[in-house]
Amino acid sequence: MNWLDTIVQGILLGGLYALFAAGLSLVFGIMRLVNLAHGDLIVLAAFLILLLVTALGLNAFVAALVAAPLMFAVGWLLQYHVLNRTLGDDILPPLLVTFGLSIVIQNALLEGFSADSRRIPAGGALETASLDLGAVSVGVMPLLTFVSAVAVIVILNRVFYGTALGRAFRATSDDPVTAGLMGVEPRRVFATATGIAMVVVTIAALYLGTRANFDPTIGPARLIYAFEAVIIGGLGSLWGTLAGGIIIGVAQTVGAAVNPEWQILAGHVAFLVVLIVRPRGLFPRAAD
Amino acid sequence: MDATVRSWKVETRTRASTGFAVVALVLVVVGLLAPFFIGRSMLRDLFFILTMLVLAQSWNLLAGYAGLVSVGQQAFVGFGAYAMFACVSLWGIDPVTAILAGGVAAALLSIPTGFFAFRLHGAYFAIGTWVVAEVVRLLLAQWKALGGGTGTSLPSGATRDMAVVEAIAEWFGVRSSHASDILTYWLALLLAALTIGAVYKLLRTRQGLGLAAVRDNHQAAAALGVDGARLRWVIYVGSAFVTGLAGALIYVQTARISPDAAFSVVDWTAYVIFIVVIGGIGTIEGPIVGVLVFFVLQNLLADYGSWYLLVLGLIGILVMLFAPRGLWGLFSDRTGIQFFPVRRILTGGPAITESSHQGGEPHG
Repeated sequence: MNWLDTIVQGILLGGLYALFAAGLSLVFGIMRLVNLAHGDLIVLAAFLILLLVTALGLNAFVAALVAAPLMFAVGWLLQYHVLNRTLGDDILPPLLVTFGLSIVIQNALLEGFSADSRRIPAGGALETASLDLGAVSVGVMPLLTFVSAVAVIVILNRVFYGTALGRAFRATSDDPVTAGLMGVEPRRVFATATGIAMVVVTIAALYLGTRANFDPTIGPARLIYAFEAVIIGGLGSLWGTLAGGIIIGVAQTVGAAVNPEWQILAGHVAFLVVLIVRPRGLFPRAAD
Repeated sequence: MDATVRSWKVETRTRASTGFAVVALVLVVVGLLAPFFIGRSMLRDLFFILTMLVLAQSWNLLAGYAGLVSVGQQAFVGFGAYAMFACVSLWGIDPVTAILAGGVAAALLSIPTGFFAFRLHGAYFAIGTWVVAEVVRLLLAQWKALGGGTGTSLPSGATRDMAVVEAIAEWFGVRSSHASDILTYWLALLLAALTIGAVYKLLRTRQGLGLAAVRDNHQAAAALGVDGARLRWVIYVGSAFVTGLAGALIYVQTARISPDAAFSVVDWTAYVIFIVVIGGIGTIEGPIVGVLVFFVLQNLLADYGSWYLLVLGLIGILVMLFAPRGLWGLFSDRTGIQFFPVRRILTGGPAITESSHQGGEPHG
C-alpha cells in the first residue's frame, strides 16, 4: 500500500468536503443560521445539473454555469420568504424549519427522480484523466475539485473583506439594527448571502455528481461532513474550513485503506478527537 | 384590617386538570382492558401509537423544556434495541428483563456521548448528536455476532416461550404470537403512562421550575442559583433511558433488527420531531395530539409513498412558521384549557382584586 498516495487522495477529497462546507460556514457566519437542509440542497443542485445535461445536452461545466444563477434565486427566495421568518433568539424555529425542508427536498427528489443512483457525465476523457507525479498519480477531476475549493475560499474572503457587499455582511452580522440604520436592509443582505451560498453549493454539486454516484437520500451525510469540516476548522474561518475538510478527507482515505468498512467511521472519529482536544476548532475566529 | 387572614397557597391544579385526571385514569383502565375487545391488527396500531408517544414525550422534554434540540435520538433507540438483542440472543436473558437492560444501556451510552454533544451549542448540538448516532450505527454494524450490517432476528420462540406469554395465551385463549402482542401492548401502555406521569411530576417540582427558568432566561436563572448544566445532564440521560426502553420494546415486537432500521433518522427522529411540532412543542398535551394526527395522516397517505413524508414535512414547516405552539397551542390559547397545567397560581390569602389573584405570568 502506498501511504503517500492515500494521503494525497485524502487531501484532494478534503477539497470536495471544503466545498460542501463553505456555504454552510458563510451562512452561519453572517446570520447564525445552521441550515439542516444544506446537504439536500447540494443534491438538489446535482439533479438540476443532471437535468440540464441530459435534457439540453449541455456540457457538465456549462450546465453548472446555467444552474448557478437558478440556485442563487432559489437561495434568495428561500431566505427572504421562509428562513428570515425563523431568525431570532429562539433556536428551535430555524432548526425545525430547515429539518422539515430537508425531508421535503429528499422526498420531492425521490418522487421526481426515483431512488436510482445517478451520475453526471463530465465529458469524455476528463473523468478518467490523471497526472503522473512520480510517486503518486493524481486524477484531473479531484485536482480540479481541490483547486476550485481554494478558488472559492479566496473569492469568498475577497468578497467578505474587500467589497461593499462584504462590509454589509460583516455589519449585519455584528449588529443588524445599527446596520439597518445605516441603510443596509438585513433581510436582503441575508437573502443575498444565502444566494451566494447556493452558488457555492452548485459548484460542490458539480463535483459531487461528476466524481461519484448520487441519489436523493445522500444529502444528510454530506451535511454531516460539511458540519464536521466547519467545526474542526473553527467557526468563522474559511481557511479553517478547508483544513477541516482535508482532515476529514485524509482520515477517510486512511481509514478505508486499513479496512474499507472503516472509511466513514474514521472521518467521524477524527472529528470527535478534535472536539475533545480543541473544542473550539483549530482556527477559531467567531466568539460562539 | 380583616381579622381572618387565610394563608397563601401555590397551586398548579385547575378545574379542567382535575377533571382530566379522572378521564386519564379511565383511559388507562380501558387501555388495559382493550385486548379483551379488539383484534390483533388494532392492537399493533395502538402499540405503534403508544411507542411513538413515548419517543415524542422524551424528545419534547429534551427540546421543548431543556432547549436541547437533538437530531440523534435514534442512537438510543438503536442502542437500546441492540442491547436487548444481545441479552436475548447471546446471553439467553428473557425479553422483558432485556428491555430494562436496553434502557440502562442507552442511559449508559448517553454519558460519554453527552460529553461530546455538550461541547457544542444550539444548532451545532443538533448535528453533533447526529454524528454520534452515525458513529454508534457504524460501530454496531461491525458486530458480527448480531449480523453485522445486515442484521439478525430474535431466536424463534424467545418471546413466545416466556411464562408470562404462555399464561396470557391460556387466559385469553389465543395463540402465543397473539399473546406476545398483548404483552408488548401492555408494556407500551405502561411505559407511556409512566413516561407522561414522570414528565408531569418533574415539571411540577422545583427542578421543573428551574428548567423553565433556564429555558426562558438562562442568565437570570443562573443568577438565582439554578444549575442549568446539571439539569440538562439529568434530562439528557433520563430521556436516553426512556428512549432506549422504547427502542428495546419496539424491537421485541418487531423481532428483527438491522443497523439501518434501528438507527433510522427518519423513523425515530424525523417522525418524532413532526409529531411534537405539529401537536405543540413545550407542552405535555402536544405530543399526544401530534401522535394522533400523525397516525391518521399515515393511514390516509400510506399508499402514496414518499408523498407522505413530503406532506408531513410541509405541515411541520407551516406549523413552525405560522403556529409555533402547534395544534394544542392554538386550542389552549383560545380556550385556556390545560390538562397538564404546570403554571403556578397563588390562591388563598386575604380577599384582594381579581387581577393580582391570578398570580402573574405563566411559568411554563
